[in-house]
Amino acid sequence: MPIESIAILVLAGFVGYTVISKVPNTLHTPLMSGTNAIHGIVLLGGLIVLGHGVDGVLNKILLVVAIAFGMINVVGGFLVTDRMLGMFKQRPGGQRSGGRGAGGREGGEQ
Amino acid sequence: MTTLVSVLYIVAFVLFIYGLMGMTGPRTAVRGNWIAAAGMAIAVVATLLLPGMGNWLLIALGLGIGAVIGVPAARRVKMTAMPQMVALFNGVGGGAVALIAWVEFRVTTGYEDEPLYVAIASLFAAIVGSVSFWGSGVAFGKLQEILPGRPVTLGRLQQPLNIVLLAASVAFAVIIASGGRSEWLIIGVLVAAGLIGVMVVLPIGGADMPVVISLLNAFTGLSAAAMGLALDNTALIVAGMIVGASGSILTNLMAQAMNRSIPAILAGGFGGAAPGGAATVSGAGGRPVRSTSTADAAIQLAYAGRVMVVPGYGLAVAQAQHAVREMADLLEAKGIDVAYAVHPVAGRMPGHMNVLLAEADVPYEALKEMDESNSAFPQVDVSLVIGANDVTNPAAQSDPSSPIYGMPILNVTSSRSVIVLKRSMGSGFAGIDNALFTDEKTAMLFGDAKESVGGIVEELKAL
Repeated sequence: MPIESIAILVLAGFVGYTVISKVPNTLHTPLMSGTNAIHGIVLLGGLIVLGHGVDGVLNKILLVVAIAFGMINVVGGFLVTDRMLGMFKQRPGGQRSGGRGAGGREGGEQ
Repeated sequence: MTTLVSVLYIVAFVLFIYGLMGMTGPRTAVRGNWIAAAGMAIAVVATLLLPGMGNWLLIALGLGIGAVIGVPAARRVKMTAMPQMVALFNGVGGGAVALIAWVEFRVTTGYEDEPLYVAIASLFAAIVGSVSFWGSGVAFGKLQEILPGRPVTLGRLQQPLNIVLLAASVAFAVIIASGGRSEWLIIGVLVAAGLIGVMVVLPIGGADMPVVISLLNAFTGLSAAAMGLALDNTALIVAGMIVGASGSILTNLMAQAMNRSIPAILAGGFGGAAPGGAATVSGAGGRPVRSTSTADAAIQLAYAGRVMVVPGYGLAVAQAQHAVREMADLLEAKGIDVAYAVHPVAGRMPGHMNVLLAEADVPYEALKEMDESNSAFPQVDVSLVIGANDVTNPAAQSDPSSPIYGMPILNVTSSRSVIVLKRSMGSGFAGIDNALFTDEKTAMLFGDAKESVGGIVEELKAL
């Protein structure tokens, strides 16, 4: 029954609303880019439909394109966001400890 | 759906939400992004674990193509081209939704034997996804300057045409939902919706573009959520809806930062009002423009006590941020206080300028937000406006006929003197003239921003 799905939909809406209530201007662009990456979740839709089997060449082509699109959205989105945020890395006390490049590690706490 | 998949989905939701929360604070943002990415990876793996999955080769092909295109695109894009890249990534997401909806129609032969809600959700996803794909495409074209950045309008025909297109796509959808089986119907839905995307974004002026991209971002989220309803997949519903809601809030915040309302932006025409702009210039009394040289500018700066740099998109395109940083270092060595006044929409997106300056190692504390800058300007000896235009235009405060009237600006004219670095007397992205350039406090330094700043640096060294 869709009623549960709709309940989930509404609650997720509230979560989204609450999470982004207070954001400094500076972070608007990275945040837009980050949420942009998250809607790449449509990738799953392509996986489900293709994975459960479709007939016809056109259907298959369309779905492969859809999956590729979703994948571009996901990986591109997260990588671009990381690059943007990498620019904001804090430099403790003016010394630049080459914290760029290696994305995983956090340069320094202030 | 098996229990394992459900559990993994729940883990993914927690990571999405936790990651997004992290992304709202400057210190936790990088980690937040990766947490959300981890959530996405888990959601993908969980989906592949669903029972009865097959077609592995084609799935791998799709994922591979996406990764091969997406990774280098994201790695290589220049920081200045970031906004259009975001538009592009958003567009392909919308395109994916539209394509999946199309295939859904084909494999169910027009939603035969499917509950009505599936048809409605899938058709909604098709419309919104297609709007988002084509709208983002136009936004990309405009920002990349393939298409004219100025508003392109049909004048009075615009609104009726958009309404007709919307009515057409909804009508096709209703025919499908009430039993239409012809494939042309779904193609009609997709085409009409695509045209809406094109027609709505085409008339929007460049300065409003970030807001539009953010809006389309929210749209793609909503279409993903609708697709989740149609496919009965909780991951799509939750993640799509979170983006739909947070994207809407974000769009609103951005519009507020520019003192624009979203309906006004969508109604279009911003920056197209040439008569208002022309009136401003003649209103300034046709005062001659005073131009200056790098040597004079350097002396003026060297004898100042406080300098405020006002960066704009021109600084970004000229890649002048490193030269500016060098200049600031020289000035600071002379004991001059240098700060940066960053307008919320400086660059082409809110926060875009902060990214570019941070790239040049400009300390975070030197970046002043608009209110702080405006209260500091009266104590500033020299305001150095580098490639910024509309965000300093006094017409936004003084000329009610100006298209940007009401937009908060940086009051550079309240500082003691102003030097404007600009390539030419051309108008800004919004396509309107700026009375600041003819103000008596203003001296213009024409040329490429990077070369001009480089020239000032040389002169400062020679002093």
